[in-house]
Amino acid sequence: MALAEPPLDRSASRERPEAGWVERIPPVWWALGLFLLTLPAYANDFILFQVFGWTFILGMIALSLMFLAGYGGMVSLIQMSVAAMAGYMVAIFGTSGIAEISMDLPWWLYVPIAIIIAAIFGTIVGALAVRTEGIYTIMITLAIAAAFFYFTRQNYTIFNGYTGFNLVVPPRLFGVDWREPMPFYYLTLGWATLAYGVVIYVSRAPFGLALQGIRDNPRRMAALGFNVTAHRVAAYTFASIIAAVAGILLVWQNAQIAPGTAGIPAVIDILVIAVIGGIGRPIGPFIGALIYVLLRTFSPDVLLAFGLSGERFKLLIGLGFLALVFFSPDGVLGLWDRWRARRAQMARDGGLR
Amino acid sequence: MTAFVSRHPVWSVIIGLVVAVLLWSIFAPWSEAMEETFGRKRIFLNAVFGGVTLGALYFLVASGFTLIFGLMRNVNLAHGSLYLLGGYIGFEVSERTGSWLLAFPVVFIVVAALGLILQNQVFRRMEGEELRQTMVTIGLSVVIADILLWIWGGQSYTIFAPDWLSGPMTLPIVSGTRSSGEIVFLRYPAVRMAILFAAIVVGFAMWFVLNRTKLGMLVRAGVDDREMLAASGVRIQYVFLAVFGFGAGLAGMAGIIGGTFQSLSPGEDTRFLLASLVVVIVGGMGSIPGAAIGALVIGLAEQLGLVYAPTYSVVFTFLIMAAVLAFRPQGLLGRS
Repeated sequence: MALAEPPLDRSASRERPEAGWVERIPPVWWALGLFLLTLPAYANDFILFQVFGWTFILGMIALSLMFLAGYGGMVSLIQMSVAAMAGYMVAIFGTSGIAEISMDLPWWLYVPIAIIIAAIFGTIVGALAVRTEGIYTIMITLAIAAAFFYFTRQNYTIFNGYTGFNLVVPPRLFGVDWREPMPFYYLTLGWATLAYGVVIYVSRAPFGLALQGIRDNPRRMAALGFNVTAHRVAAYTFASIIAAVAGILLVWQNAQIAPGTAGIPAVIDILVIAVIGGIGRPIGPFIGALIYVLLRTFSPDVLLAFGLSGERFKLLIGLGFLALVFFSPDGVLGLWDRWRARRAQMARDGGLR
Repeated sequence: MTAFVSRHPVWSVIIGLVVAVLLWSIFAPWSEAMEETFGRKRIFLNAVFGGVTLGALYFLVASGFTLIFGLMRNVNLAHGSLYLLGGYIGFEVSERTGSWLLAFPVVFIVVAALGLILQNQVFRRMEGEELRQTMVTIGLSVVIADILLWIWGGQSYTIFAPDWLSGPMTLPIVSGTRSSGEIVFLRYPAVRMAILFAAIVVGFAMWFVLNRTKLGMLVRAGVDDREMLAASGVRIQYVFLAVFGFGAGLAGMAGIIGGTFQSLSPGEDTRFLLASLVVVIVGGMGSIPGAAIGALVIGLAEQLGLVYAPTYSVVFTFLIMAAVLAFRPQGLLGRS
């Protein structure tokens, strides 16, 4: 579990108890928050909708993987399928272009239904996957994710087979069209912030601490009276809810969902995003998602400038991922931590001299 | 075998019954009532033979996968990419030289060499870090898949079998009777029977090497306890290289076979990776007989499912895997 080792609780142990919670937030966070909130003032619609909206959605799905992998020690590849399941449920219970299947329920009914069904799906998969450990978990969740992909592609009565569903749009709430770039940006920003906060909170709550204990030593936790299996399955349920929310946002962003949404490449991409960012801390997946989206959006232009075909962005991402896994197993955050440690070391050496 | 029977009498009877019913339904002529409920016997036989030959192909891919996993604890998620690479190279060789048979040694050497390089230059550097190795194989599969797409494009290729293997052959199995009372024997593509035969030969050869030679002894000892084997003076890196090279080469040759009786296109790599995963999960990780049984079960389930319940054939595969995981997490022949 070399990937799950980096400091998870440093910010928790560093803070002084007497300071108020407002002072405890480092200034960088205030700057980042201000930047994200005022972004619509100086970014165009493409950046808002396509780059940042997508970043937040992918970041949330990768965040659910980070929660399982970083705090639970379970690398699950099922998160994209859970998200797609929620998206499918929105299309099936809500409104879509496929009138024969969609049930046209109101939004306050189909959104909870979608989240609950996706959470049940994630829990069942989790219950199967926790019977195994380490690399076996990867294999089994990958196999189930592939089975989900092939099933949605073959099944026409529920999942409408190869074509999937189109014209799945968010409801018009408070007179706002939530698919307009600016409202959608704030929608995804809000949910991503909420998911981030909840993950931070849970990681410090008794449940999260018990989960981290189980990650480090399941036998000892079992001896202390913790139900190891129940904690792991509950972690899957919690992660599935985050992934389900992201899945609903994803289907609203694309306005369509098809088997390819949760195809093997997409499933692998989520792992790549989480690993690139670093699965040590919850901010990692969002950094990874931003890198991925930027590469995916702008690498065709860069590749064309170098005289290569613009379709080779996968190669770029794959090579970048390989290099990162090779040289920094804890992702970009690990690189950053090491750079800071070296800076501090150099400063200390300079002070001594 | 006898130990298994005495330990699990009920399961032995159930397995025996299932095998007996299957064999009977293959060899015995079907009555009118059976043909009415289950459809034509010819269709059933075709599904069974399709399943067995598909299982043979799965076995060729998965046996290398399971051997690599058993010895090196390396889940090689780039195994499907090696399969597809082998298929494409085999296509090029057989197109350029016109010889189908020549493609096999060429592909084996090329893909095995790639496997050797990977093991020696990549995986050796991160020995013992299983998760990191798995990540690297994922990265490799993304990179290789894109390079293959770059070179060979998105269209699908089929490798043509040589003349002496094309066309059907008649098997001594009754598929039905004509109204005149004449007995009709099953006709089946010769190339598929050749593949089945080759898979059985490869399986027995692997069994022989593993159980009767010094190299096999080293491999089995390595599967049981790697550290102890290294500590007793064996240069385990050479054993690793041999196994990785062989597993990779086998996957490459399976690519030629898959390209001959199905087709090669982007996406086939993940399909066969998934098949290998399911086969070794069902059969038990690191076990060659387990891979054989798992491949047979999955191949049959896929083909019979395709014929009798087309929408849900994937679900059968999945259900088998889930059932095995629920009742026997280490796989049918795996050791816990």
